[in-house]
Amino acid sequence: MGEASVREPDGAGAEPGVRAGDGAVIATRALTKRYRGGQLAVDGLHLTVPEGSVFGFLGPNGSGKTTTIRMLMGLIEPTSGTAHVLGRPMPRSARAVLPHVGALIEGPALYGFLSGRDNLLRYDSADPTADPRTRRVRVAAALDRVGLTAAAGKKAKAYSLGMKQRLGLAAALLQPRRLLVLDEPTNGLDPQGMREIRTLVRALASDGITVFLSSHLLDEIEQVCTHAAVMAQGRLITQGPVADLAAGARGRLAVTTPDPADAARVLKEQGVADVVVAGDRVTGEAPERDLAEVNAALVTAGVRVRGFGVERASLEDAFVALTGEGFDVAG
Amino acid sequence: MSRAEAVRRASPLWTLGLFRSELLTTFRRWRTLALLGVLAAVPVLVGIAVRIETGDGSSAGGGGGGGPAFISQITNNGLFLVFTALAATLPFFLPMAVGVVAGDALAGEANAGTLRYLLVAPAGRTRLLFTKYAAVLVFCLVATLVVAVSALATGALLFPLGDLTTISGTRIGFSEGLVRALLIALVVAASLVGVAALGLFVSTLTSSGIAAMATTVGLLITVQIVGQIPQLHAVHPYLFSHYWLSFADLMREPVHWDDLTKNLGLQALYAAVFGSAAWARFTSKDITA
Ligand SMILES: Nc1ncnc2c1ncn2[C@@H]1O[C@H](COP(=O)(O)OP(=O)(O)OP(=O)(O)O)[C@@H](O)[C@H]1O
Ligand SMILES: [Mg+2]
Repeated sequence: MGEASVREPDGAGAEPGVRAGDGAVIATRALTKRYRGGQLAVDGLHLTVPEGSVFGFLGPNGSGKTTTIRMLMGLIEPTSGTAHVLGRPMPRSARAVLPHVGALIEGPALYGFLSGRDNLLRYDSADPTADPRTRRVRVAAALDRVGLTAAAGKKAKAYSLGMKQRLGLAAALLQPRRLLVLDEPTNGLDPQGMREIRTLVRALASDGITVFLSSHLLDEIEQVCTHAAVMAQGRLITQGPVADLAAGARGRLAVTTPDPADAARVLKEQGVADVVVAGDRVTGEAPERDLAEVNAALVTAGVRVRGFGVERASLEDAFVALTGEGFDVAG
Repeated sequence: MSRAEAVRRASPLWTLGLFRSELLTTFRRWRTLALLGVLAAVPVLVGIAVRIETGDGSSAGGGGGGGPAFISQITNNGLFLVFTALAATLPFFLPMAVGVVAGDALAGEANAGTLRYLLVAPAGRTRLLFTKYAAVLVFCLVATLVVAVSALATGALLFPLGDLTTISGTRIGFSEGLVRALLIALVVAASLVGVAALGLFVSTLTSSGIAAMATTVGLLITVQIVGQIPQLHAVHPYLFSHYWLSFADLMREPVHWDDLTKNLGLQALYAAVFGSAAWARFTSKDITA
């Protein structure tokens, strides 16, 4: 942790000293957590989240996503390794860093006997850098942003799971933030709610806020994230721009034709590997060479082609390719 | 990025917002109100019992034999119901209520998961702990005042008010008596400082509110039992309840300060020891709930 910026006085809530560092909003080095029970939950994690990214943090159940987030938020002490958030070490600089961070960790937690609005007022007053004069206005704005204005006066124990999730998100949006850490934010939401959250995340990202989003829903990550990291059993398998990750698993060439047998033969001749015939569709691993030549070869061989193209690999393909396994909980 | 920072120019006073919010949250809990309700009912019951028992004109407690302190004087002066009610609730009802509130203070938040959101807000662990302790101390005071005010109202309704006789036999005026009653209430509230610190410490040990409350109340009962066993007299001076009933010395003329100051010193010691233990535990604890 031998960094010059470390020596900032703790507790200086609102100082301008919180810096983005070298473009990384989150940077961990060999971050490791072994719980008291002996469970190695996170193992030597090197994670770098670039500023301004929407960063998807993927992994099956129990892979250590929440544990990582707890360490980033200073809730638990790493067993070894370091974590920097907004350029400063956690958990040491928690009081300086966290006012700039909105977080949703392992689902929402609310005071059931308080109304939704009063819950937000309470969380806001816990932040010593939050101006009490603007508190009510900011709470109303946050409620509005997650579509809860109408239910704001209702006791939180009477909220549905999705409403609670929205209120948790609203708590993360009480202040202008530089980083949002959202642990499975669409959990419990209906499809409409999920879409709204995705829209919200995109809107926040376009404001320049970095969003760190954990999920085990691959298509969700694929739809909103610019970058992603994949965890399995506490280890980081890969990280990088989503496009690169998906490209890592090369796309598949797909030909639609009434002559699938001929097409399969020609494709093999053209060096296409792993050719699979399914009805009138023939697919295979896209070759390195120019696809126009492959298409020309098909036509020259008298194969009637209805459709020809490369199907982009999904993140799921990439994930399976990387882990060599399905999306199952490790024992 | 400087945009977000320009908005924040925190005032040191804002930090009190958490204390205010903590008080609101504590006193809006149904459980807190129920505890205060029970405490308010005790003087009413005592008052009615004394009234019924002395309906024939005889004095209560068989002329000063059994029962809580001052009970025999209530029929002459309703103000004595305040002293009786405090003497009756201090051994158990008051500290139990404080134990419930203190035990739940952090464990209850951990149980509900709200603790992690307070900490990422960021409330700050030390600040949150101090705020919690301050709120529990306010509860000690409010709980004591609820007993005292309820007793005063009941006493005024059921019995005559007027000048009163101190334990030393001298007479003091009613307004002087009221001041003494207030002083006694403050001393009783201060007597709960130790239990409050103990409860808060227990509260940092677990993330189950119920377990913390039960443990604190269990410790209270244990201490009270130990305090009753003569063979264990060597430890008695270190029990937080040892000097509790010394508040009666405020009704002497002149006031005997000896045990009163010992009581306050012991409470301060408990607050320091268990407060430090709670701090050491809470600031280093993994919050996974
Ligand atoms: N408080 C705890 N004490 C001991 N072990 C824990 C604790 N919390 C989590 N673990 C273990 O650490 C591992 C990682 O858990 P974690 O909650 O970080 O996974 P996750 O990736 O968030 O999973 P999910 O997708 O289900 O939320 C798991 O094996 C889990 O059993
Ligand atoms: Mg999780």
